[in-house]
Amino acid sequence: MGKPIKIKAKIKGDVAEVKALMPHPMESGARVDADTGETVPKHYIEEVVCKHNGNVVNTAFWGTGVSKNPYMAFKFKGAKPGDKLEISWRDNTGDTSVSEVTFK
Amino acid sequence: MKLQRRALIRSLFTAAAVMAVPRWLLASRPDAAFDADNTASVVGDLFEGPITESDQVTLKVPDIAENGAVVPVTVSTALTDVESISVMVENNPTPLVAMFELSPQSVPEISVRIKMGESSKVQTVVKAGGKLYSASKEVKVTIGGCGG
Repeated sequence: MGKPIKIKAKIKGDVAEVKALMPHPMESGARVDADTGETVPKHYIEEVVCKHNGNVVNTAFWGTGVSKNPYMAFKFKGAKPGDKLEISWRDNTGDTSVSEVTFK
Repeated sequence: MKLQRRALIRSLFTAAAVMAVPRWLLASRPDAAFDADNTASVVGDLFEGPITESDQVTLKVPDIAENGAVVPVTVSTALTDVESISVMVENNPTPLVAMFELSPQSVPEISVRIKMGESSKVQTVVKAGGKLYSASKEVKVTIGGCGG
């Protein structure tokens, strides 16, 4: 199980603003470990799914070019206080993480 | 006879369920495009039809990135019926960085932080109403962010 996702979600007018931080090494497979001299294998998030009350708002497909500890921000319509927002990711090793917040 | 009917009913239900899923939900990760080592292959794998440069697409990225390991990118658009937003870095070993598929509930504005190995053109392609629009910008990188 991956580390929990830090989510900040608030409603401004009729638009929900979401910011998410996902602790993850995001190894591109090109980096060489300075101590061992060995290439660090690819380890990166491939897919992120964001759901509002169980409905998919957006799906992000990522390559190795997304920065370490990925940050992502997005907006959507139709959220009300009390609604749930769930974000989950899956990486290339099959590891996953899911976190959920409630809109205030 | 009874079994056959049950199987038929089940297959009808499955077909109905598949058809009921909105089109934008069906796509899976375009692995080939993410593995491609040049922008032309990425575009060929991901998109069909002409891509038009558009001032309706806003690509916000710094002119000079001091640290190529963390370059903030925001893509927004005034276009409606947006289906996807993709971000490519031309000179990265694998140019396709991210592709966001948006539901109709989404506001077309996405931010993400990306890695840039060296100075490069950053390009975004927005698919809206079945058509393709793009915006791009040259970004100068002081310290590359792909190796150590």
